[in-house]
Amino acid sequence: MGHVYTPGLKVTEFTTVRKQRILPLKGDVLVKVGDKVLPDTIIAETFLPGKAEAVNISGKLNVEAKDIELVMKKKPGDKFERGELIAQTKGIFGFLKTSYRGPFKGSLESISDITGQIIIRGEPSPINVTAYISGEVIEVIPEEGAVIESRACLIQGIFGIGGENFGKLEKIVDDPGKTVEPSDITEKHRGKILVAGSFISAQALTTACEHGVSGIVVGGFDDKDLREFLGYDIGVAITGSEKIPCTLVVTEGFSEIPMAHHTFELLSKYEGEEVSINGSTQIRAGVIRPEVVITHKDHHEQKEAGTSESGGKGVLVGSKVRAIRVPYFGKIGRVTDLPPDLKVLESESVARVLEVEFEDGVRVLIPRANVEVIEE
Amino acid sequence: MKNPEDIKVILATDCGSTTTKAILIELKDGEYRLVVRGEAPTTVEAPFEDVTMGVLNAVGEVEELTGKTLIDENQQIIRPANGNVGCDIYISTSSAGGGLQMMCAGVVREMTAESAERAALGAGAIVMDVIATNDNRMAHEKIERIRQLRPDMILLSGGIDGGTITHVVELAEVISAADPKPRLGIGYKLPVIYAGNIDAREAVSNSLAGKTSLDTVENLRPVLEQENLRPAREKIHDLFMEHVMAQAPGYKKLMKWCDAPIMPTPGAVGLIMKTISDLENIEIVGVDIGGATTDIFSVFQNTFNRTVSANLGMSYSVSNVFAETGLENVMRWVPFHLDERDLRNRVKNKMVRPTTIPQSLEELVFEQGIAREALRLAFIQHKSFATTLKGVQRLRTLADTFSQAQSDTMVNMMTLNMLVGSGGVLSHAPRRNQAAIMLIDAFQPEGITDLAVDSIFMMPQLGVLTDIHAKAATEVFNKDCLIHLGTCIAPVGGSNKDRTEGNEIMKYNLQLPGGKNEEGTLKFGEIKRIPLGVGETAEAAFEPGRKFDLGNGAGNKMESLIKGGVVGIILDGRGRPMQLPLDDSERIRKLSEWLTSLDVYPSSILNKRK
Repeated sequence: MGHVYTPGLKVTEFTTVRKQRILPLKGDVLVKVGDKVLPDTIIAETFLPGKAEAVNISGKLNVEAKDIELVMKKKPGDKFERGELIAQTKGIFGFLKTSYRGPFKGSLESISDITGQIIIRGEPSPINVTAYISGEVIEVIPEEGAVIESRACLIQGIFGIGGENFGKLEKIVDDPGKTVEPSDITEKHRGKILVAGSFISAQALTTACEHGVSGIVVGGFDDKDLREFLGYDIGVAITGSEKIPCTLVVTEGFSEIPMAHHTFELLSKYEGEEVSINGSTQIRAGVIRPEVVITHKDHHEQKEAGTSESGGKGVLVGSKVRAIRVPYFGKIGRVTDLPPDLKVLESESVARVLEVEFEDGVRVLIPRANVEVIEE
Repeated sequence: MKNPEDIKVILATDCGSTTTKAILIELKDGEYRLVVRGEAPTTVEAPFEDVTMGVLNAVGEVEELTGKTLIDENQQIIRPANGNVGCDIYISTSSAGGGLQMMCAGVVREMTAESAERAALGAGAIVMDVIATNDNRMAHEKIERIRQLRPDMILLSGGIDGGTITHVVELAEVISAADPKPRLGIGYKLPVIYAGNIDAREAVSNSLAGKTSLDTVENLRPVLEQENLRPAREKIHDLFMEHVMAQAPGYKKLMKWCDAPIMPTPGAVGLIMKTISDLENIEIVGVDIGGATTDIFSVFQNTFNRTVSANLGMSYSVSNVFAETGLENVMRWVPFHLDERDLRNRVKNKMVRPTTIPQSLEELVFEQGIAREALRLAFIQHKSFATTLKGVQRLRTLADTFSQAQSDTMVNMMTLNMLVGSGGVLSHAPRRNQAAIMLIDAFQPEGITDLAVDSIFMMPQLGVLTDIHAKAATEVFNKDCLIHLGTCIAPVGGSNKDRTEGNEIMKYNLQLPGGKNEEGTLKFGEIKRIPLGVGETAEAAFEPGRKFDLGNGAGNKMESLIKGGVVGIILDGRGRPMQLPLDDSERIRKLSEWLTSLDVYPSSILNKRK
């Protein structure tokens, strides 16, 4: 096999980013095809149905389930106010009536003459979906939302926490190999997306939150710090819903790892631009990677260059790769040979390997599964 | 479907959450044998989002290794076989796309709801939650839960035939009020299977038919004393194909390629485990440890049980194993020290890049420590689930009165005949001794237990083949798939005083092939290995100490024919439950001693750390 496939990340300067912005339930779409939108433009809105509650009317009013319709004062679909009469028995000569009144403002959903239950539902609450990225509406999905398209620079990270955010991009290190100290983050960074280097500690991240920073992009982060920052261990890699003010996107992995040069250069180039960031990560089927989206001012810029995508690309002799597992974790080198035969590793496992020459001139064999192609 | 006699070349794939595995089976000299195996990363995820790419890559590796052509220029699998080109049938299993995620509902949690859960698990599903009338949740909480989880399918049961209608309809009303939206695809109705009281069918249909895609099958608990899970399981399989798989990326294409319905991987492995148990008439525990989930199968007293631990696995879920069991529990299996900050980062890096493999020995030892914990936790879940039917009146004798505190689990490690391991970390362990010790440490078999592993992790493909070509499946299973590791002999019992290191706990006498006789004593706290090859047997006589039991009661002698394997006979004197020394240096000393006596790792790693 002369090539390997490594699932990877997109780091590309010019690409078409499409975002489907959909309501969780059907509602009203507020934009039309061709509309230009900003990250905070509301695309669609609806009302989330209130909490449903099952009420045993048969038991409360002491009537047989099959006779429940006789005591109901409301029909399915009727609205009611808090305290309004919903069901009442006839009583004896008009006296000694038992009744059931609305515990909140809502509507009657269903009546069952089998169980004697009714389902009532509270007032709906409004919910909307914003554009998240700047761009143009290219498709309206009736009653659900819209698709926003933009020509953008897209940088996917390997892991993130925190949800959608946006702000102006600012570099706080001048070298992708530098770590960030808490003192590097100040009040002037409020509302911004900061570009860090190889590492950020929990302490520095906490400082960023205190100063109202909207997001941070960094090469590496420690799991121990992640636990300290969140207060709990992340077991299953489904993130994005953390209640944190500052979204974090880690581009390379856990530990101190310099941000890839190409990624750092791209972020540096667009310093000062308004960018969107999302830390949502799902590492399982239907993978979701955290991302930074920088929309080009001219949404229709056609230039196609600088695309790099380690995913799906073959590793060839001469490819620049990074080791993604110990003992060489984080080291960068060039592939010098792709031996076709299986080789026995130190662990005594048998695997397909490649030979890499690291930047310090040392040549080693690494399982093909343990490298990732990096962009040039 | 082709005539079985015309099937000479079989191509089968299993699309796992991390890796897609392809095997090629051929009829040679009148018997079906495995030819080669190929694998490639699964491509359900971006940037590919098409499972067939991973299939083509894995089949591509099979082509490279055999020199055959199996895929044509239009990227189609060539059929029928003609010389060095094509295959006669192509089949597949899948657990990619997160597998089949279901919710179950029943009236009483311990009765119909539990039967529904068993039916769903037996069909290969991950059960996200079980809703029951008596689960102490308010109706609105149940409604919110259904909405939040967005299952692929719901199995509704409840009431024996002629029993309660009201409670079943209440559950249907809860599902209806939740108006659940499926996880994949916004444009189709959620499949709901009703397998409850026959008299409630009409009322359930009135409540659910409009909002969901409702199917009705026979009651899965028609009477309290009996479960009838098959109709519900079969319906789950049908709907899995029709609804769920059809929504996952690339599956419509894969379904067209296959000559038989795609089976959920755990369903296929379960079929194989059940077949072994039936053929050999033995009690069995099988485990399949994958990247995202760990499935455990057992057959005790002719009852098949399966559980899936959705978030215990070696790649996607590795971080969760670590979070659930804790650093200390993993590190107790490792005979050296590692820095916590570094370890935590290693685990998370494996999670974010799940396809990497351990290159260094240190990494392998650590990964196998995590595997023991994943297996141990999954087995605890299995034991608590594999119970006798609850709600059935049983006659209790006076003796039972004293054992009421014991659980109703059917899992009995003393009567267990065979423990089978499958999944990457067990099948691909560089030394089979490693697989054996991982199984023993995690499951702690008692008495006399045969150990086996799936040679190269192909049980899923053979499981689906069982349905199509039983002869081919059986031949390949016996000759190429099942590797007999040997037999574990573990006396149990003893008071604290008896369980002191160095105490004699069993005498043994083994008549080995070639007239060789091996005689000796087993001391508490030691583990011994006596080589006995694959296909060989030894006449054995064991004499456990007065308070130790090997299956015939405490202190009673036992004679048995012991089977060999690639590892041999393992005499395990570490007691049950096995306890590791609390003192750190003592723990490392004992671990090193055990690992050395079983020749688990190269001595370099153990000596280096001394």
